[in-house]
Amino acid sequence: MADYNVMELMICTAARELEDGASIVVGTGAPNAAAMLAQKTSAPNLVIMFEAGGAVPLIPEMPISVGDSRTTWKALMASGMCEIMETACRGMVDYTFLGGAQIDMYGNLNSTRIGPDHQKPKVRFPGSGGANDLASFCWRMLVMTPQDTKRFAEKVNFITSPGWLQGGNSRAKSGLPLGAGPYKIITNMAVMDFEPESKRMRIIAVNPGYSEKDVQANCGFELLKAKKIVENKPPTKHELQILREQIDPYRYVIGR
Amino acid sequence: MNVIDQGVGKIFTDPDADKVREFFRKKSRKLESKVMSVKEAVTKFVKDGDYLCIGGFGANRIPASVCHEIVRQGRKNMGFAGHTSTHDFQILCAGEVFNRLDIAYIVGLEARGLSPNARRYMESGKVEVSEWTNYSLSVRFKAAAAGVSFYPSRNIMGTDTFKMSGAKIIECPFTGTKYAAMPAIYPDVSAIHVHEADIYGNCRARGITVSDFDVARASKRLIITCERLISNEEIRRDPSYTVIPYWCVDAVCEVPFGSYPGNMYGEYFSDEEHLREWLKVEESPEELKKFLQKNIFSCKDHFEYIEKNGGMHKMQMLRQKEHMFIGARA
Repeated sequence: MADYNVMELMICTAARELEDGASIVVGTGAPNAAAMLAQKTSAPNLVIMFEAGGAVPLIPEMPISVGDSRTTWKALMASGMCEIMETACRGMVDYTFLGGAQIDMYGNLNSTRIGPDHQKPKVRFPGSGGANDLASFCWRMLVMTPQDTKRFAEKVNFITSPGWLQGGNSRAKSGLPLGAGPYKIITNMAVMDFEPESKRMRIIAVNPGYSEKDVQANCGFELLKAKKIVENKPPTKHELQILREQIDPYRYVIGR
Repeated sequence: MNVIDQGVGKIFTDPDADKVREFFRKKSRKLESKVMSVKEAVTKFVKDGDYLCIGGFGANRIPASVCHEIVRQGRKNMGFAGHTSTHDFQILCAGEVFNRLDIAYIVGLEARGLSPNARRYMESGKVEVSEWTNYSLSVRFKAAAAGVSFYPSRNIMGTDTFKMSGAKIIECPFTGTKYAAMPAIYPDVSAIHVHEADIYGNCRARGITVSDFDVARASKRLIITCERLISNEEIRRDPSYTVIPYWCVDAVCEVPFGSYPGNMYGEYFSDEEHLREWLKVEESPEELKKFLQKNIFSCKDHFEYIEKNGGMHKMQMLRQKEHMFIGARA
């Protein structure tokens, strides 16, 4: 039995995607933990920003809001929503982490509603917040989420934030900035990317203890498979120690 | 201009820049004291049916006392900009204050979870909604602040968020690139909490600005609550710190700990214990009713609310939390 849990594995996998010197806009929770972990391991010069205006803080502990005072502690700038979003729109933000109640094979995300009636939804979620903006502007959108057949849906109830839309070149035709889009999906079972032509989700790595079959069985649509599927590396002792002792000592995120 | 596509969402405020110029033409430029109580400010400047915007970021630098007063005075049928709105939204939902809503972020309190009562209200069908995003609403305020009727942006296209918005897709006359045209929002009334203001309404704020400086300029009427009143001499000593000029402002209310239970940059952290209690009592409509009676309806003002929730001892603890950087979520 491995001595780490699913959340820790996803955070460590996500942190390794962020190269030194890159820029990222993050939210609270797991994405924040991944960015902090990257900064304390392989990417000490990771440029972290928050949509509410905090830019390049030395985050002392996990914020509870993307606008709380932890997001500007020893920061380079306390700015505003337009400053951060426009930095991304100009092309200077490499990564963002997003999530949602549903995701489809093109990486489109639903965080708005379940049910057919928009004015009287069966279940109402928060909506876009800054997610649609970041999914539109940041070069590479990452998603970190546990997977099951409900969440990974053939068709999402509502496209809140754009993935590759209807696949192929539909995103380029929509008017969204060229070249930006979903990059990798990190789940409890696997890592997926998107096949360059069809823009469909594709398995590139499976986590220790899972097979390709498990990954497909817990997905509501057919996944493509990369020519060579590798086994994802488990978290190292060093990563786990930093995550548990420095980043999330109260286990707010990794205890979930 | 050629419109390529458009959403079906309603536009709840008139983006016409000339009509608003007529309004602002008549707005006072007099340098006179606007100091009053929150009760007076809400009585005078917040009307049933008005379109409202609340500054700050959900539970950070919010004019909590104004949100409470609006509920206490029983305002109804308002329009609301659900822009980065979390605890402010929760308060206004508890009072069923609005019936039409521009949505960017609602019903959630970020890492704290979702508000059961706000969800019930939004799933009841009592609120007419248009869908937007945080940046979309930011540029809608930016357009209004600039005195124009729309702003072009590159988000939202291709999604259902666009389909349920009131945005229109147009083509750039220079490059042919597609843009989402976002209609200006000129709120009837807004409330913003700042660190310091003089009696005329010249404001200083620290920390993140969110969209507040644009909201202040876009609004027809503006209520400022501040942690501290400062002298006009202090404002004039270094005008580079002034972020909202007095001519935007209609009321100045001194409310120390005015963002409570929210966070105030450099002053005090949010009261997570109390916010957890809000979320908990909302699970039962009966419990919520009692909670609102205690914390809003039976309170004369913000001080009484604070007194009932730990008073100065609690405030001092939250000040220490802000400055000692430990246990944000504790």
